[in-house]
Amino acid sequence: MASRARPVGLPRWLFVPAGLGAVFVLLPLVAILSRVRWSHFGALITSDSSLAALGLSLRTSATSTLLCVLLGVPMALVLARTRFPGQRLLRSLVLLPLVLPPVVGGIALLYTFGRRGLLGHTLEVLGIQVAFSTAAVVMAQTFVALPFLVVSLEGALRTSGERYEAVAATLGARPTTVFRRVTLPLVLPGLAAGAVLSFARSLGEFGATITFAGSLQGVTRTLPLEIYLQREVDPDAAVALSLVLVVVAVVVIGLARGGRSA
Amino acid sequence: MSGLSVSATVADRGVDLTLGVGPSEVVAVLGPNGAGKSTLLAVLAGLLRPDTGHAVLDGRVLLDVGSDGREVWVPAHDRGVALLAQEPLLFPHLSALENVGFGPRSSGRGRGEARETARRWLAEVDATAYAGRRPAELSGGQAQRVAIARALATEPRLLLLDEPMAALDVAVAPALRQLLRRVLPGRPVVVVTHDVLDALLLADRVVVVEDGRVVEQGPTASLLARPRSDFAARIAGLNLVRGTYDGSGVQATTGLRLEGLTEQAVHAGDPALAVFRPSAVAVFRTPPGGSPRNVIDVRITELEPHGDQVRVRAGELSADVTTSSVAELGLAPGVPVVFGIKASEVAVYRA
Repeated sequence: MASRARPVGLPRWLFVPAGLGAVFVLLPLVAILSRVRWSHFGALITSDSSLAALGLSLRTSATSTLLCVLLGVPMALVLARTRFPGQRLLRSLVLLPLVLPPVVGGIALLYTFGRRGLLGHTLEVLGIQVAFSTAAVVMAQTFVALPFLVVSLEGALRTSGERYEAVAATLGARPTTVFRRVTLPLVLPGLAAGAVLSFARSLGEFGATITFAGSLQGVTRTLPLEIYLQREVDPDAAVALSLVLVVVAVVVIGLARGGRSA
Repeated sequence: MSGLSVSATVADRGVDLTLGVGPSEVVAVLGPNGAGKSTLLAVLAGLLRPDTGHAVLDGRVLLDVGSDGREVWVPAHDRGVALLAQEPLLFPHLSALENVGFGPRSSGRGRGEARETARRWLAEVDATAYAGRRPAELSGGQAQRVAIARALATEPRLLLLDEPMAALDVAVAPALRQLLRRVLPGRPVVVVTHDVLDALLLADRVVVVEDGRVVEQGPTASLLARPRSDFAARIAGLNLVRGTYDGSGVQATTGLRLEGLTEQAVHAGDPALAVFRPSAVAVFRTPPGGSPRNVIDVRITELEPHGDQVRVRAGELSADVTTSSVAELGLAPGVPVVFGIKASEVAVYRA
């Protein structure tokens, strides 16, 4: 008996497209690394505009991740633990930003919260101007990142099952106690993975941001916008900043994997 | 009124059950899989809303749904009803001690007091040694001990056990049964089981459920000695023939007829049952001559080991024979044989 577990062999030809796919994904990363001008790397990523963009990106992404958790956890719970008419449709609609082109999301946000938008007048009366502000960046990021958190948490909630919650209830725990002491601790790895994914999605947000929030240095110009702009002016800076985002993405994947296996 | 009384119907599971449990009585609910036993527990625990139902525990209405009056539905956490399932379902992120302390904490007790209560109950189930361990570090039997302590630490007014021994190693079940025997009394308890040992050792009374209905109930010993339902006869390991008393025996609709001893007044024409042990059945290849016996022609359907003997099944009837007679008589599935039972070994009573 062979000791290595390989019950069913894969067809050999399958390795060719699999390899091609891997090369297709990895080669561009190598290309970026090859184009980085290491002698100027430090100066390029610490210029005023770069630091402003990086700082803004981290701040807004952190805020939108927090918003995703605050809104997404209850959403996932309602979707996973309750039943009501139209729930399937609602789930599909809520997850729409996952497949919607971000620029379309940006336009939708603009016509909701912009000055001439659905809620624009109301907001103006209240003295709130959302569009083309840092708040707009956070909103655009939350809009596109929220489904990531909801999807991964809903999955975790479904696999963790309701049986522990039922036991907790029969032990006298009120719904809030069950949520705090049983539901949440059990899905913590899923929640962490979802939050990390949301953060990554927020950090990379481009289309919805530029449409809804514009590109104002220090206010709405996040790192992806800065990279897009620098591409014309200073390709070296664009490459250097791209590498920064690649590193962040790699770290994020590492964190997400760690969270899943925990 | 103290104790429990409940009636509930759940249409899509075909359940229509009524049950009463005394203030300190342990009732075993026995029945085949899918009979509706677990459904009853879920209704009592507040985890399943029946189509119609009414339950009163110690004078307090737990649920009253489907009737014309105002609906009552006390939520699970407010019932004082603890449920111990087949699997321990200990919270994996909490230590054994924290698991047991969960109930007291949830009812508003302070951390220190909950700990104290948890320690006391862990000691009660001989699980003090596992206090600091996580559920993943406990064996099945140890985890179930902790789960028992956790259920009891809430000081439930009603305790529900859903096949508490079914998922355990046969080696650890006896010790756990002893433990339950010690800690259960003192409150109404409903034990759902399909194990006759649970009923014998734990219960004061047995209720047999088949197809969502109570088919018989009574004190454990007398019910197992004189079963009236097929299920009770099966778990008691007895042959049961249902029919009509004809003056000297029971005539079944299948043509089967058994003579036996009546132990109460049975009149001709009464519906009656004839019950006999498989060990009282003698197996022959050809009809025995001259003896005062019930003689039944059957065809063997199955042979299975039964202790140091072999149980010969022929449809609904079974006989216990030694391994050597299986060989001597050439018994095998499909072989036609004759079952002989002395009339003095057959108990006949009213259905």
